[in-house]
Amino acid sequence: MAHSIRLASERVDFSVPSDKAPPQLFTPGMVISQESGFMRGHGTYGEDDSIKASVAGIVDRVNKLVVIKPLKSRYNGEIGDVVVGRITEVQQKRWKVDTNARLDATLFLYSVNLPGGELRRRSVEDEQMMRKYLTEGDLISAEVQNINSDGSLSLHTRSLKNIKYGKLGQGMLIKVFPSLIKRQKTHFHNLPCGASIILGNNGFIWISPVINAEEEHGGFTINLEDAVPKSVREVMVRLRNSINALAASKILLFDTSIQYAYDQSKKYSVVELLNPEVMLDVAVMTQHQLQMLE
Amino acid sequence: MASVLLNDAEKTFILHGVEVDLRCDGRRRGDYRPMELETDVVSTASGSARLRLANTDILVGVKTEIDVPYPENPEEGKLEFFVDCSANATPAFEGRGGEDLANEISSRLSRAYQSLPLAPLCIVPKQACWKLYVDILILECGGNFYDAISLAVKAALFNTRVPQVTGSFLDGGSVDLEVSDDPFQCWRLDITKAPVLVTLSKIGDNCVVDPTAEEETCSVASIVVAVLDSGSLTAVIKIGEGSVHEQTLIETIKTAQKIGVELNSSLMTALNQEESLGPKRQRFGFLK
Repeated sequence: MAHSIRLASERVDFSVPSDKAPPQLFTPGMVISQESGFMRGHGTYGEDDSIKASVAGIVDRVNKLVVIKPLKSRYNGEIGDVVVGRITEVQQKRWKVDTNARLDATLFLYSVNLPGGELRRRSVEDEQMMRKYLTEGDLISAEVQNINSDGSLSLHTRSLKNIKYGKLGQGMLIKVFPSLIKRQKTHFHNLPCGASIILGNNGFIWISPVINAEEEHGGFTINLEDAVPKSVREVMVRLRNSINALAASKILLFDTSIQYAYDQSKKYSVVELLNPEVMLDVAVMTQHQLQMLE
Repeated sequence: MASVLLNDAEKTFILHGVEVDLRCDGRRRGDYRPMELETDVVSTASGSARLRLANTDILVGVKTEIDVPYPENPEEGKLEFFVDCSANATPAFEGRGGEDLANEISSRLSRAYQSLPLAPLCIVPKQACWKLYVDILILECGGNFYDAISLAVKAALFNTRVPQVTGSFLDGGSVDLEVSDDPFQCWRLDITKAPVLVTLSKIGDNCVVDPTAEEETCSVASIVVAVLDSGSLTAVIKIGEGSVHEQTLIETIKTAQKIGVELNSSLMTALNQEESLGPKRQRFGFLK
């Protein structure tokens, strides 16, 4: 039995020192520019001949266009992004998916590879079987196929060569800010520590035991019988807590930073990684190691 | 309770984790998540506390008011709980969504708090007494409401300062009270008889303390036990539709009792430590 009640005066400040000067922060209503000739972009509004910020964030200037990038926002999808999402609704020929965006994303029945893999017409039978494939609460990994006019996303789970989209099995989901995920060539990683990880661009991170590449393609059946061994579980939990430590200190998440954090966390037990001081230490050490790399 | 959507595979993963005594965040079955406590965060209340248990955020304020005692308890004060589920916590609380949960929590809290002696709150028997309004605000949901709320309530009551009544005059049928003008002239409640609640959630064949919201979804039944400093129990409540075997129930209550005593003592240590910082200590509240 262990518990700790700490006082607010002992609260840990998670900010990690960095040699880069912090960018200028704009708060809503702050004047960005009083000169004319600028174009107002997202996150700004015009008042009294000046451009003001409508959200808290940093300014981004592209030629004449002034945009405020919010520090904290919901996920703004881009075509080609890898996302992890949860099915919230089964509708006519489509599923609704929660991807942490303003609107639920759609996954059409024709955008998935149905079991069997062969090309076939999406028939009435398929429509009636939809709940058998994916039902409310199921987690999927998918790619953004299109952005609709209302800003909602269309997803697809047609797998390519070695990337496997589709239903996710046993494992755990972590939610972080979408802005913390570094955009990379691949968002699927089999880490050397012995766990597999999907870094969704929408800030949903999926940790699971290493997926065997030989498994049946486009699987909609999930093995619930086999328990994940304790050793693998410990690796996954450590990974989860390391990622949470990095996220608390707002360090970008990608395979290298996660691997570094995992290695740094080795000197602590898994439970200790819940302590704010330990989390900060892991984050600082990781940041240091990342800076050495540059 | 505000439940999260999980699929079967995730539930299985949590279930197996509890079985091998390694939960999804690395804790063992009997571990709590780190908590953070601050008292006297609301300057306009007679007493207040804020407790954060991982993602569960609770703010408690205590208000004092003069009232007439209940005719059945003419020599006792009054204690009333009110829970407000903020829609900030989860959209499910919007409108009247959180009302059921709020009523459930407040009625169970008042049951558990029957052990607290209310006689010191009486000013003039049958005529006047202090009434304490305990307002509980749920700001964020991360599971394990009962434990977090009970700790926050106890801390807020510890922090409560009841004004000193310097004189009372019976004028015909009504009472005139003279309350001290000095805001620092006040007395404090004895909270040794205030319970903390310990929740044990049954997941599979085992019980875990301090369940996360995800774990609560996997649990079929939870036992909430109200424990005093001394180890006496003031209430045992079962939540959820599942059943608990007689033997399991007895064992669960014993475990909860042990945990409750330890939790009580850590809470008192934390409160005394904060007290020792003096009245001029810095208030952090929600910023920093």
